[in-house]
Amino acid sequence: MPKSLEHSATSWKGQQLKHKPSLIDQLDPRLRVVIAALFAFFIVLSDQLLVLIIGLITAFALAILARLNLKRTLRRVIAMDLFIVGLLIMLPFTTPGTELFFIMGLTASQEGLLHAIMIGLKANASVLCLLSLIGTMNATLLGHTLAHLKVPDKLVHLLLFTVRYLDVIGQEFKRMRRAMQARAFVMGTNWHTRRSVGYLIGMLLVRSLERSERIMAAMKCRGFKGRLYLLDQMTLARLDYQAAAVAALWFALLAGLSI
Amino acid sequence: MHIVDGALSGEVLAIGAALAAAGVGLGLKKMDYDHLPQVGVLSAAFFVASYIHLPLGFSSVHLILNGLIGLALGWAAFPALLVALILQTVFFGFGGFLVLGVNALNIALPAVIMFYLCRKGITSPVPRNAMIWGFIGGAGAVALTTLFVAGALALSGEAFWLAAKLTLIAHIPVMLVEGFVTGAAVLLLRKVKPEFLQLSEDWFEQALISDSASRSVSKPCSVSTSSPVSAPDTVSKEARHG
Repeated sequence: MPKSLEHSATSWKGQQLKHKPSLIDQLDPRLRVVIAALFAFFIVLSDQLLVLIIGLITAFALAILARLNLKRTLRRVIAMDLFIVGLLIMLPFTTPGTELFFIMGLTASQEGLLHAIMIGLKANASVLCLLSLIGTMNATLLGHTLAHLKVPDKLVHLLLFTVRYLDVIGQEFKRMRRAMQARAFVMGTNWHTRRSVGYLIGMLLVRSLERSERIMAAMKCRGFKGRLYLLDQMTLARLDYQAAAVAALWFALLAGLSI
Repeated sequence: MHIVDGALSGEVLAIGAALAAAGVGLGLKKMDYDHLPQVGVLSAAFFVASYIHLPLGFSSVHLILNGLIGLALGWAAFPALLVALILQTVFFGFGGFLVLGVNALNIALPAVIMFYLCRKGITSPVPRNAMIWGFIGGAGAVALTTLFVAGALALSGEAFWLAAKLTLIAHIPVMLVEGFVTGAAVLLLRKVKPEFLQLSEDWFEQALISDSASRSVSKPCSVSTSSPVSAPDTVSKEARHG
């Protein structure tokens, strides 16, 4: 694995998303989460090809509306597709049904092909919708939104702490990796690598834990009583009602087509 | 290891979500507000560490580390892993929304199982045994996760059986690598920071006493000095000014 890829995902960009301000950003975050959840329900539980195609087109439209960074989004969606492509190729051959074509003595069935196409559509629509509606929030806002949606307090706190320290720990990790590289450590298929990486992870955890102890002490010193308070008031504005009405109509249409 | 939205049947999704919710509930109950920063920082550390790719022949595998999370956190592994999964799903597009429950269950339940299975083993006074139990914890958690993923696929329809079997076979090398890495990490952690594995600070002496009492070995001190793999002790001092 090239070094560029090893590090590509460790840099956390959740707090500093680079996308231009869009219409989606103006909507109430609670509404965005609820719509994304409903969308996933409708798409995943539907068995109509037409509904799924409309769903994928809608998700694409949302991505454009959210003015997502097209290149980055496509790279993520394609990465996911590569992940499932093996599964999808197998399906036509393992599903019994009407014969479609033969390859190397294997029979592909119509039902299997349809099933594979539907899974592909569902997965892509669902991920695109998530990335455009929720992925455009910063992670702290997501935490607050979940709190306003009555997600258990502790879970929200955990999310907020995790988000805050992803950045810090990622940098710590890179620093330790660089120190290893400075000592001419090169990864290979051998026991030395596995043991060294084990020590690296162990040490990363030790440092993280000690950091968390200092964090706790510093927070207690500032009067932390075990909870964070949500200062942002979320209120639904006129635009939110309009968006909700559009979404409701859309879901009604999808439901009508599903029956 | 992430299953995408749309592949699984409705029943599997519902059962997975219910069980995951129960696990997260239990984990949250066992975790008090004082431990929140600790679990959060560890969740972040695991999130970062799981992007380490180790070369394996011509390809590479990335670590999952749920075994180590389980050994460190016990039931709190459920909320910690759920949070990491939510962030991955929402910001990186791994997995999907409705399968979140199944994915969380697949990764967190093996972690908790390994916690109960290997907890005693990793406190063994003999470093070699502790490392073997660490190996079992790491490799076993990945093996169980793979089994659960394969099971979720197989339960969703007979057409997935081939895919489920292939998933199992493809992950055997991952299990071995993960096991060895976890073993090494356990070895380092019990030397540098035993509290991490929820051990008391003088656990080593206690383990030695109970061990020698049970086996009536007369020279317990010989084990402590002759560790085959010596973890770098010096780094622990360096860590204090991070």
